[in-house]
Amino acid sequence: MSLHLKTAAELGRGIRAGEYSSGELTRHFLDRIGRGNERLNAFITVTPERALEDARRADATVAAGRGGALTGVPIAHKDIFCTDGILTTCGSKMLANFVSPYDATVVERLAAAGTVMLGKTNMDEFAMGSSNETSFYGPVRNPWDETRVPGGSSGGSAAAVAARLAPVATGTDTGGSIRQPAALTGLTGIKPTYGRVSRYGMIAFASSLDQGGVLAQSAEDAALVLEAMSGFDPRDSTSVDTPVPGYAGALDRPVKGLRIGIIREFFGDGLDPATGDAVQVALDIFRDLGIELVELSLPALPLSVPTYYVVAPAECSSNLSRFDGVRFGYRCDDPKDLLDLYTRSRGEGFGAEVKRRIMTGTYVLSAGYYDAYYLKAQKVRSLINEDFRRAFAEVDVLVGPTSPTPAFRLGAKVDDPVTMYLNDIYTIGANLAGLPALSAPCGLVEGLPVGLQVIGPHFAESRVLAVAHAYQRETDWHRRVPRAWA
Amino acid sequence: MAIEWEVVIGLEIHAQLSTRSKIFSGSSTAFGASPNVQANLVDLGYPGVLPVLNAEAVRMAARFGLAIGAKVARRSVFARKNYFYPDLPKGYQISQYELPVVEDGSVDIVLDDGTRKTIGVTRAHLEEDAGKSLHEGLGARSGIDLNRAGTPLLEIVSEPDMRSAREAIAYMKKIHTLVRYLDICDGNMQEGSFRCDANVSVRHKGRHEYGTRCEIKNVNSFRFVEKAINHEVARQIDILEGGGSIVQETRLYDPDRNETRSMRSKEEANDYRYFPDPDLLPLVLEEAWIERVRSELPELPDEKAWRFVREYGLSEYDAGVLTASRELAAYYEATVTELGGEAKLAANWVMGDLSGFLNRDGLDITSSRVGAARLAGLLRRIVDATISGKIAKDVLEVMWNEDRGADAVIEARGLRQITDTAAIEQVIAGIMAANPQQLADYRSGKDKLFGFFVGQVMKATGGKANPGQVNDLLKKMLPG
Repeated sequence: MSLHLKTAAELGRGIRAGEYSSGELTRHFLDRIGRGNERLNAFITVTPERALEDARRADATVAAGRGGALTGVPIAHKDIFCTDGILTTCGSKMLANFVSPYDATVVERLAAAGTVMLGKTNMDEFAMGSSNETSFYGPVRNPWDETRVPGGSSGGSAAAVAARLAPVATGTDTGGSIRQPAALTGLTGIKPTYGRVSRYGMIAFASSLDQGGVLAQSAEDAALVLEAMSGFDPRDSTSVDTPVPGYAGALDRPVKGLRIGIIREFFGDGLDPATGDAVQVALDIFRDLGIELVELSLPALPLSVPTYYVVAPAECSSNLSRFDGVRFGYRCDDPKDLLDLYTRSRGEGFGAEVKRRIMTGTYVLSAGYYDAYYLKAQKVRSLINEDFRRAFAEVDVLVGPTSPTPAFRLGAKVDDPVTMYLNDIYTIGANLAGLPALSAPCGLVEGLPVGLQVIGPHFAESRVLAVAHAYQRETDWHRRVPRAWA
Repeated sequence: MAIEWEVVIGLEIHAQLSTRSKIFSGSSTAFGASPNVQANLVDLGYPGVLPVLNAEAVRMAARFGLAIGAKVARRSVFARKNYFYPDLPKGYQISQYELPVVEDGSVDIVLDDGTRKTIGVTRAHLEEDAGKSLHEGLGARSGIDLNRAGTPLLEIVSEPDMRSAREAIAYMKKIHTLVRYLDICDGNMQEGSFRCDANVSVRHKGRHEYGTRCEIKNVNSFRFVEKAINHEVARQIDILEGGGSIVQETRLYDPDRNETRSMRSKEEANDYRYFPDPDLLPLVLEEAWIERVRSELPELPDEKAWRFVREYGLSEYDAGVLTASRELAAYYEATVTELGGEAKLAANWVMGDLSGFLNRDGLDITSSRVGAARLAGLLRRIVDATISGKIAKDVLEVMWNEDRGADAVIEARGLRQITDTAAIEQVIAGIMAANPQQLADYRSGKDKLFGFFVGQVMKATGGKANPGQVNDLLKKMLPG
């Protein structure tokens, strides 16, 4: 079997068994990127020298008998993670010249685990988008159908792994930015509990919602990589100081007797019927595994999209103030005075969607509107939290679709932000409540992947991964590769 | 009849907390480094960096809160104050807004005439300082120094309880004393470690509602506060008496021209769009921790002053002066201990001659050229009548310039007091003989000439005659 068709876990085992070196693997993937990236536009920056250097070090580690599960395994990082000495753009013209002087904690930890950095993946500008069409570096194409979007904002990471240009990739998820692209490209993507993965060095979009995570080929790969990137970081005050359980080791724990909650609100009008059917088939498999299915209602959940589109823009309007043309990043030519420096640097450096959200956020925080928007949104957020809390008193995990439809065509929704925002209707709730959530492929609709979402209580990543892993032992949707990239 | 105006003043004091590192980053807070060398990626607001709260800054804020009898909040929240300025790297300042760490305390001030007054402290909250914009020596360009960015500040907001510039100064001095007692701020006003903005309004005496206020920025010395407030009060009264009305605005005090001028009006004011900072969890303080901080409080100025009144029999005013700084109080107490009593004498010398020398040479009590032990040595010679108080002043002057003890100076200069009655009588007799006219006048009722004879005796003895004895002997001998 070709190297690129192996999962990260298999590759790690192969390296340690001496079947191939990390150097060979790395060259194989660099070669695939070289041939495929032009079509997909999945990478903003490819770092061959760094990759080969990482690979040499990994091979030495393995030779010394000190290799771990991920030693020598290539990985791609979403370009939202700061990488020391490497261009870090966040998909924006604003940072098109920004070479980060430091590594994000996630990058540091995955390097310490022995992974090999292939490059930095394309993304919606500042992670604001659900189709990867807001990137300054142009849209990413879906390997399953290159006329379609890969989802967003981690669209580059999704396309890279789906096309096997990289065995695994990091992503971030503020309202669905890992799970929705994973669903649209046939991958397993996990966003852990808020606070599980350090946000240090992850360029902030909406600080109370952002979490780093993984886009992978399987629950097993997701578990391995998540385990390596998780854990307390004193540099992030919202990082949680509890030990990281061995996610990979817990994959096989029995799921029989678990109770799965089916969220009634996730099967309403907006759901594409074929996608709904695929999810129903998956539910039957769970039943066959001895899992009890319970239908339940989370009445506040339908309010998650409007809530999110108050909270996230509010935080982003403040988070993005540092991009002012003064210390780093884009600066306009020949500013006349300070105001001109600010308005043109920001006006020229940010794209339309980012500006829309900054303006929305500024508005909802303004004197006289704060109570009506920001404060009210926070109250609704508490209600949504409360809904989840009650649900998890009854069931072990919640299951539903990840995205209402399979991948849509490039350009289909760019002029209609509200329709675009509704793409995240099933994913946003987990961000508002800070819950771990995963998307796993559960079928193909007219040749396009659709995803099944599994949401767990806080810090129940192991359970979520075990449910997905049990499903993946019964199915092979996660092993499907788009024909053109096999 | 002219209207009587009442002045209403509230102060916002920014005290820079003397932590070693910044409030949200590990950079040093030392003053005076070359621009931007004490600014790390967090201070520079780089993409992806996050703030981590400095626990020492919190402890200092709690110390202050407990020292003013305030409520130290079990839960307080950091908020972002959003505005754009080049010396504000993130485009927002991390501060506290709705839920500050310290709320509802008070301090007592004592005015020159002994009046005591309680001034309410509405709140004190933690926040980060901004950097500095530099305009000099850069031609048409502006520079930014972010060394100060992220330095911890405690913003102390008073109630509008002050009714004159003098009260405002007394309050400001009290807070200044307090933060230095607590070791939470060095109080250095030249370096900007202790800054003040004043909210000033006037109203007809007897009215309850406040007049429209102006905020005066940059009143950063005790002298400027008085001048700036008095100037602002006069300006407001002028406008009101001329039939005008006050515009709510922020005004900047210019000490060179002794005037305030408008910076921005209420309409031009920023909408800061405060909201809780999602990068920082709410600050939760355990009751046990608060109690531990309370148990670590030093003796505070008021307690110390009361103790000085009680133990040393000082007046309230003297006790207040001597406890104005912890170092001065320590010097005073060391002097009294060394001397073994004579607390009032020690108080007079510390507040009088010694302070005079310190002021003249621009020295702080901690760098006094005559230490407490040497001062006590000098005072001991007054107590045992070796020298007079007047001679002691000269001895102190010598001691100030030469590193010698009082006894050595007295011996070397032959300043030992003449207490031999016979010797003094002989001098008096000589003077009476040399001044027959004055003697005759005195005897015919010109009592004022008594002083003349005292002066002559002191002059003849080089000031060394014991003044008490001189008095007694003159009273006996002059009448004849």
